Amino acid sequence: MKRILGILWIILGPLAMALMAWQAYEKISVAEPGVAQTNTALQWGIILLIFIPIAIGLVIFGKYALTGAYDQLPGKSEDL
Amino acid sequence: MNHETKQNSIFKVIGASSLGTLIEWYDFYIFGSLASIIGAQLFPADAGASALINTLAIFAAGFIVRPFGALVFGRLGDLIGRKYTFLLTLVLMGGSTFVIGLIPSYASIGYAAPILVLILRLIQGLALGGEYGGAATYVAEHAPKGKRGFFTSWIQTTATLGLFLSLGIIVLAKNVVGATAFADWGWRIPFLLSILLVGVSIYIRLKMHESPMFTKLKTEGNISKNPLKESFSKKANFKMVLLALFGATMGQGVIWYTGQFYAQSFIENTCKIDFNDSRYILLWAIAGATPFFVIFGSWSDKVGRKWIMLTGMLLGIVFYRPIYQLFIDKSEVATLSTSPILKIADPVVTTAPLHDKGDSLVTTSTNVSLQNGASFNKVVVDTVYADSSKPIGHAKEIYKDKKLDPGTFWLFVALVFFQIILVTMVYGPIAAFLVELFPTKIRYTSMSLPYHVGNGVFGGLVPFVATLIASFSGATPLSGLWYPIGIAALSFVIGAVYLSNKKDENVTD
Repeated sequence: MKRILGILWIILGPLAMALMAWQAYEKISVAEPGVAQTNTALQWGIILLIFIPIAIGLVIFGKYALTGAYDQLPGKSEDL
Repeated sequence: MNHETKQNSIFKVIGASSLGTLIEWYDFYIFGSLASIIGAQLFPADAGASALINTLAIFAAGFIVRPFGALVFGRLGDLIGRKYTFLLTLVLMGGSTFVIGLIPSYASIGYAAPILVLILRLIQGLALGGEYGGAATYVAEHAPKGKRGFFTSWIQTTATLGLFLSLGIIVLAKNVVGATAFADWGWRIPFLLSILLVGVSIYIRLKMHESPMFTKLKTEGNISKNPLKESFSKKANFKMVLLALFGATMGQGVIWYTGQFYAQSFIENTCKIDFNDSRYILLWAIAGATPFFVIFGSWSDKVGRKWIMLTGMLLGIVFYRPIYQLFIDKSEVATLSTSPILKIADPVVTTAPLHDKGDSLVTTSTNVSLQNGASFNKVVVDTVYADSSKPIGHAKEIYKDKKLDPGTFWLFVALVFFQIILVTMVYGPIAAFLVELFPTKIRYTSMSLPYHVGNGVFGGLVPFVATLIASFSGATPLSGLWYPIGIAALSFVIGAVYLSNKKDENVTD
């Protein structure tokens, strides 16, 4: 189960990035040219800037899960 | 002590740590609570919405830099110690807050005002990013085995009490100076007051001793040479950082910010409840729910942290939409107006010029009081054209500044109280959970990052992203909730599958 779900997290990462990029493009292009468009671009720029590294983190998490890194969690911090 | 710190001295540790953290939260929250007023005062006055969005962007920026603060100060804390690091964060936070209170308006200094706000807000975010990890680590490293959840839960109360204090002082200041003066200059009072609170806290913290576990590591020469590298380049540790983020702090962050911030914003801006009433609702709910941080923290010492936190997330996923639908239904004027009208005040008419063609906007505001104690303002905005042959343009009636009848008011308090109970479930045990996940020499760095990404990024952006989603075409007022519900659901699944419910009793390693 832990390993199989790893595939889902690996897929979810790029999917989230693509969804956000598509939403950003759509919202920026429908905004009125001028201040409104700049504001929209700013908002989506911030969102993309933060969430893309996190989505990459989700892919890494998925990769770890898939390779069994979470099969056995350390019982104490000496095991880390 | 380490682990045998005497009961009275552990409470001194908790008190001193919590007070400083509480003040940092207070400093951070007053900006968010006063975002619209600050927007009007310190930003270009071309459009109110633009000013608000700019302010929200800065609010978000404050949250975004929190993870960077976690890295910078986390590293410092693991290198030079917990005590001096979270003393530094306190000075930076308090100083920035005080200076925000002194910034002249946009009308006086132009774009220098928003730029200064942005810089100070970034410093605040950095400082907050460094504070929490230090305080939680410091208390946990003093706490005896089997009581770590209980002792660290006191630190967890500070975020909510900081909000309580900020709302209380804002409401008090507004009532003392009056609404007009508050919007003009009175909003600066809560910022300026911060310097006194920070002064007291610095004095107390200076008298504290370094964490016994860190002191031991230092004496033995075992402190980390490069905490950042050890935390994030070593797979065994980095995988736990990712698990802590996706399986716990991400979901915890959105539950927290939905219950404590989005709820109040929704009640005020979407339901159009009166400024003071929307804050009183939150204040009562916070006052009732705050002890549950300690109850759930303590309970997690007995039954484990995992399922308490995940249950809080699950309840949020299930109940958010019905709760917010109830907020809308109960605040509709049609619902409020089931009670007979007591009094209709004389309409207040104001006229403002529109463009330079001689047209004007005429706003007619009528206060309606009902027998059950509720009241609202009916606002009609008409466009009167200079060319008298053109008909007057009538806009849709708006109902705002609603005051609820006592029964509905307490229902709202109960609904927010329930949401804050969920906050206490996810947030009460989280410090102990994070502390136990990482070893002493890189604990400050390792636990700070997932905490602040989860809370600062995922949680802090709840109002921003939810407002953005609600502005999409075809969106309903409830659409914004899909963001916290979706994130909490993802975190719930990851937490349920991957997290262990076992507690690491030994945190001295």
